[in-house]
Amino acid sequence: MIALLVWAVIYPNAAVVAGSFENGLGHWREFWASPADHEALITSLVISVASVFASLAIGVPLAFLLGRFEFPGRRLLRAVATLPAALPPLVGVIAFLFLYGESGLVTRAIQRAFGMSEAPWQLRGVGAIVFVHAYTMYVYVFLFVSAGLERFDSSLDEAASGLGANTWQRLRRVTIPLLMPAVAGSALLVFMNALGSFSAPYVFGGGLRVLSTQILNSKTNGAMGLAYVETTVLALSAVAGLALFRWLDRKRKYTLASKGGRARRAIRSRKVQVLTTVGAAIIVIALVLPHLMVILVSFARDGSWTTQVLPPEYTFENYRRLFSEAELWRPITNSVSMALIATGANLVVCFLAAYLIVFRKFGGRRFLELLVALPWAIPATAIALGLAATFNRNDPLTGRVLLVGTFWILPLAYFIRDTPLVSSAVESSLRQMDASLEDAARGLGASWLMTMRRVIIPAARPGLVAGGLLAAVAAVGEFVASVVLYTHANRPISMEILAQLRALAFGTAAAYSVLLILLVLLMTLAARSFEERLA
Amino acid sequence: MTAAPQARPDGESGALALEGITRRFGDFTAVDNVSFQVGPGELLALVGASGSGKTTTLRIAAGYETPDSGRVTLGGADLTRVPPERRGFGMVFQHYALFPHMSVENNVAFGLEARGVNKVDRLIKARAALANVGLERAGDRPIQSLSGGEQQRVALARALVIEPKALLLDEPLSNLDPNLRETMRDDLRRMLRRVGVPALFVTHDQEDAFAIADRIALLKRGRVLQCGTPEELYHSPASREVAGFIGRGVVVPAIDKGATAEVTIGGVKRELPVTRAKDAPPKIENAFVVMRPNSIEMSKGAGVFPWRGKVVNRRFAGGVEVYRVELGEGITVDVESQTADVHEGDNVSVAPLKRAFPLVAG
Repeated sequence: MIALLVWAVIYPNAAVVAGSFENGLGHWREFWASPADHEALITSLVISVASVFASLAIGVPLAFLLGRFEFPGRRLLRAVATLPAALPPLVGVIAFLFLYGESGLVTRAIQRAFGMSEAPWQLRGVGAIVFVHAYTMYVYVFLFVSAGLERFDSSLDEAASGLGANTWQRLRRVTIPLLMPAVAGSALLVFMNALGSFSAPYVFGGGLRVLSTQILNSKTNGAMGLAYVETTVLALSAVAGLALFRWLDRKRKYTLASKGGRARRAIRSRKVQVLTTVGAAIIVIALVLPHLMVILVSFARDGSWTTQVLPPEYTFENYRRLFSEAELWRPITNSVSMALIATGANLVVCFLAAYLIVFRKFGGRRFLELLVALPWAIPATAIALGLAATFNRNDPLTGRVLLVGTFWILPLAYFIRDTPLVSSAVESSLRQMDASLEDAARGLGASWLMTMRRVIIPAARPGLVAGGLLAAVAAVGEFVASVVLYTHANRPISMEILAQLRALAFGTAAAYSVLLILLVLLMTLAARSFEERLA
Repeated sequence: MTAAPQARPDGESGALALEGITRRFGDFTAVDNVSFQVGPGELLALVGASGSGKTTTLRIAAGYETPDSGRVTLGGADLTRVPPERRGFGMVFQHYALFPHMSVENNVAFGLEARGVNKVDRLIKARAALANVGLERAGDRPIQSLSGGEQQRVALARALVIEPKALLLDEPLSNLDPNLRETMRDDLRRMLRRVGVPALFVTHDQEDAFAIADRIALLKRGRVLQCGTPEELYHSPASREVAGFIGRGVVVPAIDKGATAEVTIGGVKRELPVTRAKDAPPKIENAFVVMRPNSIEMSKGAGVFPWRGKVVNRRFAGGVEVYRVELGEGITVDVESQTADVHEGDNVSVAPLKRAFPLVAG
């Protein structure tokens, strides 16, 4: 178990670090001397920090608005608030391109409305990337802070006002300090995601360099040594970010344990009520627009949408071709089968790991915990490059198997990326189980296998279903590791979307995107009905 | 005719014995050279405060822990290294450990399933076992819908249906509310008796132990302080520690004079008849008598009884008042009295009742 994870998780990354030193410090000197790499490092960090602040600026007020106030339209806004998280990363980027790109719907509409000769803005550079990140990543902040607010015991607030604190004092001294853990946790999540983000910089970057795209460039140019250095620097930045957050959060010694619960306050002032509702309506539209746009464009005839505000011609042709042409159908079966394989492996390995971590005391337990959590701290591009560096030739004695260029490299990459997710989901399910159940089963004469089948697995089931679903959803739309490792034969949907986009076949790209969203929806429904049937 | 667990001829399963069991966790010795034996049909209670090693001892008996030294035997056969699933013991866990995702009858049938009993037979047996604990209609209910007392009985039925060679119970009554606890004590004793196998149960509550057990092993810091019938532990405690735990006695320094002991408080000397533990020496140096609240009488005012003191605390204990009386020289005793007109701060006098007092070594 540990050997398998060391082979899949530690070995590739160690190979990358070792590879960066293959010329002594040569590649590192090259990195420090390169202005492009300097720019990439700084831009990556700037984008990550800016994404954190932008996500906080949207997520925190929205969580307060929905958690604390009652107003017309609240339920609708709550229903769509987490919608961006349902978009596979590349699809979100494409939707923004269709909406706010130079020839996008919103851009053109404003240009027409004000009679401008040029587009009012260009969707490129740091601003564009942070814009997309804020849209997709504010959801983490929103969910964490909402959960924090829900657990927040209103008696604390009442106690503070009983002691004479006014609204502002209560917010500053009670509410905000108690919500800090939620804010910090979600900020860390955004930071890690933004740092490793690939799709937005890749599509909108223009001439902009960030570490993750720089790695792919170096690899494509055959400068593997430099790619290893860049990968190491990216991974180190992520780990440093993680350590920094842990350090900032170190003083926290309390938890919000109460069930809490408080009534939402109705907004009394008529003016504020109207304003809130109008604002909510605008946010709802902004949140739903990307999804709608992708659906709309998926019916647009390829090549017909040029300078018009909306695509002029509509057709079912895009979908018909996806289902009838073998070459176009291939990425769909690829993505589905690779996601199923990776998720299946995740379920087996992560269940066993979680079982060992939760129920067994043994020497390597801490190490195993670290192993299953590690891929979370390493950006996907770095994981992918590690695999590229390790599985590129057959040398079983050193643990090397030729997987690069084969079908199996992508399922392996998906498996590694999703290991932390599935493990932690199963772990949390198992932690809720009374440990004496296992003793009870054994005391009643059950074999190890029967104990697993009848007691442990049923207890782990909610975590297995939830973790499996998240892993399958992430794998079926995966882009970042795929772009480093795919081949024509096993290209996943995300790569095909990119290819169609490059060929300016917007309709086909959008049709793939819609299909991807439908796949995610289908998997979610399947998981939910499975869980309901068993519960 | 029921298929429920039946009493079987004495001696079939043989006695459960722990011999010189020691278990260390790092530097900490949880169980220190513990030995005792439980005969078929006998109920032995392991009593002690938390951290006394009683649960670890039980887990060693069940096979969940392996002792560092010592043996566990049943009817003479060594089970020390036999894993729990092959010991064939029935265990009732402190929080019952019922499988939350199974119905009541599937919980009870689980042990039979593990033994390869076919589905029809095991459900018949499970239902009979449930009927035996008064839950004949609860079979298809989910575990979560049961009250604490019902869960306790399901756990018991689950342990009994496999016709265990010994029964082990970890704090079987600690999760029940006080009223239910009283009735469950009687039920439990009756049901355990009927099974006729050695039964070992752990409790921190001496009243549970008195009510249920034939014998009690009192543990402290991993050692058995004394093992005997409740009456022995109460009337003839082996040490000051036993006397302090069982019956909440106060010890008062005394001079051993064989059948009696001389006690001097506030300069007033009294000679009291004493009992001593079976293996106690004929003459105890540094002796103490054990005074329990019901072996002393008290009167208002200083002159009635020989020993004078002052009431420092008074509490009503249902039917009687319990007064805490400071007698001076660092001796404070609790006295049970029907008298209700004595208050905190009042001067009183007390005297030993005419009965034998336990004598222990200090």
